[in-house]
Amino acid sequence: MNWLKRYRYAGAAFFLSSLLSACTAAPISPANMPSMLEPQGPAAARLAELWWLMFGLGALIFLLVVALMFAALSRGRRAGADSAADSRGGDEGRKWVIRGGILLPMIVIAVTFGYSIYTLAVVENAPGDPAVHINVTGRRWWWEVNYPVEGITTANEIHIPVGKPVQINLESADVIHSFWVPELHGKMDLVPTRLNSIIIQADQPGVYRGQCAEFCGLQHAHMGFLVIAESNEAYEEWKSAQVQPAQSPADELAADGQDVFVSQGCVFCHTVRGLEDKPVDRSAIDLGPDLTHLASRQTIAGASLTANTGNLAGWVSDAQHVKPGALMPNTYINAQDLQALLAYLMSLR
Amino acid sequence: MHWLAVIGASHMTNNMIYRVIAFFLAAGSLFSAAACSNNVNGVPEPKSVTRESIESGRVFMANYGCGSCHTIPGVPGADSKAGPPLDRFFERMYIAGRIDNTADNLIQWIMNPQEIDPGNAMPDLGVTEDEARSMAAYLYHKPTILDWFQR
Repeated sequence: MNWLKRYRYAGAAFFLSSLLSACTAAPISPANMPSMLEPQGPAAARLAELWWLMFGLGALIFLLVVALMFAALSRGRRAGADSAADSRGGDEGRKWVIRGGILLPMIVIAVTFGYSIYTLAVVENAPGDPAVHINVTGRRWWWEVNYPVEGITTANEIHIPVGKPVQINLESADVIHSFWVPELHGKMDLVPTRLNSIIIQADQPGVYRGQCAEFCGLQHAHMGFLVIAESNEAYEEWKSAQVQPAQSPADELAADGQDVFVSQGCVFCHTVRGLEDKPVDRSAIDLGPDLTHLASRQTIAGASLTANTGNLAGWVSDAQHVKPGALMPNTYINAQDLQALLAYLMSLR
Repeated sequence: MHWLAVIGASHMTNNMIYRVIAFFLAAGSLFSAAACSNNVNGVPEPKSVTRESIESGRVFMANYGCGSCHTIPGVPGADSKAGPPLDRFFERMYIAGRIDNTADNLIQWIMNPQEIDPGNAMPDLGVTEDEARSMAAYLYHKPTILDWFQR
């Protein structure tokens, strides 16, 4: 086995370099993918701190183990120690096991455990009363967003004033979901029949992408949302626009579209506040998102598509190809009606 | 045949070696013929079609949501079937089953589908002429192995 000894450094170097190259070969995530390591709020900053502490300790232990491995390799077997019995090391070996194998892990675990509990306590008990209360209901596979004080209902888009704590009350209408905005806070589950809450705060204005973080079925991966933190004035402006009912169609095409919306069954699942002559009492079947101000939103279909005419056309006509398994069925409306419907939906600003 | 051992092919019979050589010769001549064909046919590529315009066409197609109705190779998530698939568009005879498949027609179609064929399923998206030109460039370009590497 002499050749093993001869190439031991080369082998170790190859092993380490393969580890490193595995890191660099990882796919580069798109620029708009949020990272919890770029925190934009106080809670996320605490969580990132904890992450770096654990990463640092882990890296230190990894380096220590590698250094010991190199030390053992370069020292080799003690001269004259040919049999297995002689190479056990006796008391000295036992000391290594007790210190490195029992004491050190106990210290590391105690430190990370203690710091985790401390972080949890700090994050849970955010100082100050929340300025805004928002109810968020997880549904397959989108988010219903409700501002109870103002009476606003929207979907997949949560507007908050920047720099203020905002309480989000979380409920689920069907299965377990999890509310996660990596740049603002950790995950919080939405459990059927339970009410959970979380307090988020954004320090900078911006659009923060959130995502369902608990597998909830076929379209779990396309169950996203946006948290839009804006200045107080912009937030108030948004609110005053959202409380308004939908405007009546401005042109003939959009008016035709409104007829299509009512006659083709869209109203059975979707609310448009201000739309008169509802054909049925559908108060009990709020299956789909409120569309009163659909065109004011940045995205549709659980933040999986940009809100524009092209995406809306595909989503309205062929939802099952865009999000297979979604509760939105294919509509089978004729092409001319589709044009009118699109004009109407894009007029819901 | 010591040199064969150098390239690791010492186990090949003479017949196999001739076939390999023939393959590379044929591939090489085909490649050079393809490289010359532009000059022979006298059809120079339009100046506006550059790698950049092809690439930006791809981005425009993604941004306008074309992929929600069409299957378009190279556009993320574009695998819907509400509209016709747009792969190998240069082989199409007609656009929307209505007008000849020429670059100018395609650009006009992308910009004003409702004007050309009122009431058809494709909506007007407010695409500008430059954007439509890039999208047409993307639809007409023949993907090569290089495209695969660059993604």
